[in-house]
Amino acid sequence: MTFFFHLGRYSAFVCKVFKKPDKHSIFFRQLSLEVENLGLNSFGIVALISVFMGAVITLQTAYNLEMPIIPKYTIGLAARDSILLEFSSTMVSLILAGKVGSNIASEIGTMRVTEQIDALEIMGVNSPGYLVLPKLCATVLIFPLLVIVSMGIGIFGGWAAGVITGEVNSADYIYGIQYSFKPFYVVYSLIKSVVFAFIISTVSAYYGYYTSGGALEVGRSSTKAVVISSIQILVFNLILTQILLT
Amino acid sequence: MIEVVDLSKSFDDKPVLSHISTIFDKEKVNLVIGQSGSGKTVLIKSIVGLHKIDSGDILFDGRSFVNMSDDDRKNIRKEIGMLFQGSALFDYMTVEENVRFPLDMFSKMTLGEKLDRVNYCLKQVKLENANKKYPSELSGGMQKRVAIARAISLNPKYLICDEPNSGLDPKTSIVIDELIFEITKEFEITTIINTHDMNSVMEIGEKIVFIHEGVKQWEGNRNQIFNTDNKELNDFVFASDLFKKIRKTQRYI
Ligand SMILES: Nc1ncnc2c1ncn2[C@@H]1O[C@H](COP(=O)(O)OP(=O)(O)OP(=O)(O)O)[C@@H](O)[C@H]1O
Ligand SMILES: [Mg+2]
Repeated sequence: MTFFFHLGRYSAFVCKVFKKPDKHSIFFRQLSLEVENLGLNSFGIVALISVFMGAVITLQTAYNLEMPIIPKYTIGLAARDSILLEFSSTMVSLILAGKVGSNIASEIGTMRVTEQIDALEIMGVNSPGYLVLPKLCATVLIFPLLVIVSMGIGIFGGWAAGVITGEVNSADYIYGIQYSFKPFYVVYSLIKSVVFAFIISTVSAYYGYYTSGGALEVGRSSTKAVVISSIQILVFNLILTQILLT
Repeated sequence: MIEVVDLSKSFDDKPVLSHISTIFDKEKVNLVIGQSGSGKTVLIKSIVGLHKIDSGDILFDGRSFVNMSDDDRKNIRKEIGMLFQGSALFDYMTVEENVRFPLDMFSKMTLGEKLDRVNYCLKQVKLENANKKYPSELSGGMQKRVAIARAISLNPKYLICDEPNSGLDPKTSIVIDELIFEITKEFEITTIINTHDMNSVMEIGEKIVFIHEGVKQWEGNRNQIFNTDNKELNDFVFASDLFKKIRKTQRYI
């Protein structure tokens, strides 16, 4: 029952988000703020995660392939495919669900409990559109970019780990990451990141928007936003993999 | 003029307002008084459509707010200025940006015209030289005044204030009351104020509606209030000894 209640209310909410903005100049001003706030400020954490992720994937692959008949370049190949297919889009999105999702939910939730959303509505502003559309557009624009950066840094992290530990030498690794490269893997990841950006921004905004009470409830909404958007990411990851890779 | 016709509102089967009918006059400060929890906030939020009402109607100068398309309702809302119980200023915007926001959103003014209007509104609320401050840097009374400035920036026909005096000292309360009174007269606004401040009742109560447990118990003006026999109203108004004494001197003169 509650599932259908939330689904219905969420759908209606998203429809309101997509109503034409009241004023375009204000929309673009908000958008540029959100690109900075939600996107550019996440580059650091994405880079950090990616370099470690790439390193660990490479080392794990190397330890698992300790058979003489398997050529060393396979390590580079396997690391690349894991990063391109799964880690850069899904892992990074899960981390961003925590960072960006809680940010959106608590910001909008606070505006709700301090009656700022009521104030917007009373002025005749379409508050879901005004508050959420810039965040949604910003994440949809920036997430693919973050994923590309993450891919690059992840693969670099793998190379660095391999070379420093001596598990795989530079030439083998570089040969491996170029071997039978499928550009579609990148496209597939970018499609996923756009879908995940949509999920994170709308689901978190939804939980923030329908907060009622005080500071305690804002905290609760923000936790809920992170948990629910993470679950959605995992579910849609499965669905998209089925649709796009088979 | 705002007419409330037989308005009822409940939350999850718990009735909060039942069958309220009254008229709030133009160019007058109309007060809604009642104990905490009596339903004042719910009443004015229902009037402006922030709560969906169960039955009844609200007429803004004869225009029925309930049987109205969303677009028309949005247009009426642009004629309403509202002051919330907690000010509800946008905390990521400066004072100037807050007051300018409705102009940015809905007017076709140039930037210069907007800034002139902002400064004029801030002058009306006697708050100059605070343009670049953020709400968190202001005192509660100053925040209220910025909120009033924002509410009047688009020249509203209706001004609705939820407890403009809550959390303020008596002196600042009087300043805010007088401010709202002056603005109401000067711009011929239909003003509704929620309050449980008896000072406001005595100072600016041109029309008073008393709500008790969601029911309208009494309405009249500040002179009639001393002569009423309504028990709940007497219990509410004359809860303090001071007002009991004032009643003695005021009654039947
Ligand atoms: N969103 C809501 N959901 C459920 N019940 C509510 C809601 N808002 C208000 N109520 C209930 O309605 C009643 C009236 O509340 P209201 O806020 O109107 O009181 P009030 O007269 O404004 O009090 P105060 O002077 O303390 O602000 C209370 O019992 C409250 O619990
Ligand atoms: Mg109230």
